[in-house]
Amino acid sequence: MNSIAVTADGIGEAGASSPEAGLDIHDHSDVKDYETVGEPFVEDPKMSARNVNVYYADKQAIMDVSLDIGKNEVIAMIGPSGCGKSTFLRTLNRMNDIIPICRVEGNINLEDQDIYRGDQDTVLLRARVGMVFQKPNPFPKSIYENVAYGPRIHGLAHSKAELDEIVEKSLRRASLFDEVKDALDKPGTGLSGGQQQRLCIARAIAVSPEVILMDEPCSALDPIATARIEELIDELKERYTIAIVTHSMQQAEVGDTKEVFTMPKHELTENYITGRFG
Amino acid sequence: MQTSTVFLVLVALSFVGFLVGRKRSHAVAAGVGGMHLLHSLPKHYGYMAALWAGLPALLLLVLWMAFEARVVHNLVVAELPAQVQQLHHSELGLYYNQIVSYATGSSDATLLDENQLSAAEHYRELMSNSGLMKALLVCLVAIIGALLAVQRVSPALRARNHVENIFKWILFTCSFIAVLTTLGIVLSVLFEALRFFQSIPVTDFLFGLQWSPQMAIRIDQVAASGSFGFVPLLVGTLLISMVAMVIAVPVGLMSAIYLSEYASRQFRAVTKPLLEILAGVPTVVYGFFAALTVAPFIRELGESMGLTVASESALAAGLVMGIMIIPFVLSLSDDIINAVPDSMREASLGMGATMSETIRKVLLPAALPGIVGGILLAVSRAIGETMIVVMAAGLSAKLTANPLEAVTTITVQIVTLLVGDQEFDSPKTLAAFALGLVLFFVTLLLNIVALYVVRKYREQYE
Ligand SMILES: Nc1ncnc2c1ncn2[C@@H]1O[C@H](COP(=O)(O)OP(=O)(O)OP(=O)(O)O)[C@@H](O)[C@H]1O
Ligand SMILES: [Mg+2]
Repeated sequence: MNSIAVTADGIGEAGASSPEAGLDIHDHSDVKDYETVGEPFVEDPKMSARNVNVYYADKQAIMDVSLDIGKNEVIAMIGPSGCGKSTFLRTLNRMNDIIPICRVEGNINLEDQDIYRGDQDTVLLRARVGMVFQKPNPFPKSIYENVAYGPRIHGLAHSKAELDEIVEKSLRRASLFDEVKDALDKPGTGLSGGQQQRLCIARAIAVSPEVILMDEPCSALDPIATARIEELIDELKERYTIAIVTHSMQQAEVGDTKEVFTMPKHELTENYITGRFG
Repeated sequence: MQTSTVFLVLVALSFVGFLVGRKRSHAVAAGVGGMHLLHSLPKHYGYMAALWAGLPALLLLVLWMAFEARVVHNLVVAELPAQVQQLHHSELGLYYNQIVSYATGSSDATLLDENQLSAAEHYRELMSNSGLMKALLVCLVAIIGALLAVQRVSPALRARNHVENIFKWILFTCSFIAVLTTLGIVLSVLFEALRFFQSIPVTDFLFGLQWSPQMAIRIDQVAASGSFGFVPLLVGTLLISMVAMVIAVPVGLMSAIYLSEYASRQFRAVTKPLLEILAGVPTVVYGFFAALTVAPFIRELGESMGLTVASESALAAGLVMGIMIIPFVLSLSDDIINAVPDSMREASLGMGATMSETIRKVLLPAALPGIVGGILLAVSRAIGETMIVVMAAGLSAKLTANPLEAVTTITVQIVTLLVGDQEFDSPKTLAAFALGLVLFFVTLLLNIVALYVVRKYREQYE
């Protein structure tokens, strides 16, 4: 089990206008003054990014990132606000396609298939690479309907009983089932913030994705709900490959966090690392 | 003095009140040792003085204007010779009007008798006195109000909350006036309608299958002819509105979906203003289009298929009305669909749903209450639309469900009943009020249904 914490200097002295701004993870061979912890490349990766650049109109948000995500690995990314963590995560299942001004360069492979190839079916891709967003966003439907949404559109269940089973299994895996089992027909938007986030996780795993992308899933949660989700991620990695963005150093330490990329060009980044990291 | 002048003076006095109030607060503050010891900011004391000066005086001015004419009328008439006062109500009115128009200089003296000339003099005198008194009183009230407010300035006076309160009441008064006027309209329609129902039984009106008010030329013939059945009008109205909605709702809604979800920014930037222009075209122009282009086209098309089509048909009117309403439905739905948060789209697309699945299963359900509301607004417009129907669907009140025949609607009949010189107490004209009342209830019913639908939906999902 591998866990990588990636920190990056996204602010830079020159502010946003600097071309240096952006998530900027290099192979340590060509950046000698960066203290690099961990190994960005693994054997037989689930997903791999090579020389990825992302632009919003003419503003660069990600610079030349190369990174592997190993099978059944939790890769955690940390970094200052605005450095491009969400952007990078969204490139992994082409959610950036929704933003008209966004442009992606470089290669991103899922197993050995280039997901930015012209004939890639984004619908299929997103079914394989699921996403949990920074802010809980359950549909204004019942809890049951929320979880059943994905299986329904992908035709994963052939009978009502089968669908019930998928819903229950997903809610159990997201450790939400016991709290809501008597209220499956109640609106998902009526749950607490932490419950909503677990509902969103259940919704994402209901379609059995191979990779789950989580964008700061705990940013709006209290410590107890956060702890539950952390536990959950720990369990989920048995089954899924997970890429997670977080601001919590503890979360980045899930598993054995040996691999930390740093670019201590900026004080903040240095503090991030030297303060609590070894 | 002219009312407008008095009003300007009042505004000026309020402004002075503001300045004095503010000044006074500074003085009080200096007395107690600093502005921070006062509850509110200087401007709040100023506002308070201005409002105290302006509002009561304004109220007085409005009341004065409302009752001035009546009081003067009574005073002038009281001075007239007894045999004039005995005149029939309407004749006395005419007599008095002659006096007023002479006194205000809009007619000359040739037609007037002695009494009227002296009454005109009296009238002029009263009016000028009234003007003077009005100006003096209003100014006095304003000054007293300002003084009272300024007097009260003290560290403990919560001028800020006080002003807030006054504003709340001003807003309340405005909404109250809006409600009151609506109520007034409904009541006046109701009373006229009741007069109509004194000569025509309600049941005949509501369940009668024949509408031919044109036959009721003389009052004594009306009841006998019994031709005030409003069912054909209702059916005609519903028929045309239905045709219109069948066109407008799918086209409007789907173009809204296209515009908000699929169209590029440039396309949107061009299309939306264009559609808004379309919504601003006067309905008379649409009526033209319906009568001269669409109706003949439909008739030829129908005849080539072996159908008999009236030269003025419900289909033509409904079609054009539908086209007229498209921009309306489109623009409302577009706003509503856009208001669904992007996080819903991301959630659905992130699950691997296609755009159309997202629209059908997430966006439309989330936007449904708003869309239903928008559609019902559109239905109200269709029911209320008159011009297109007059021009394209004809006036004959035929009871039919065939859109290829000529029909007529409630609003069109109201117009034809009231156009031209009419007696205002014959059943024929009063029928217009009964129709108006029915129209009011139909729209009310629609709104209630809409509210019900929206609430039911909300319960399910929120
Ligand atoms: N839709 C967008 N349009 C234009 N620029 C964008 C858009 N989304 C992000 N950006 C820009 O891209 C950069 C990276 O943003 P991103 O959201 O990826 O940051 P982040 O690392 O996730 O920050 P946070 O920790 O605050 O969530 C920022 O400078 C941001 O301004
Ligand atoms: Mg982010």
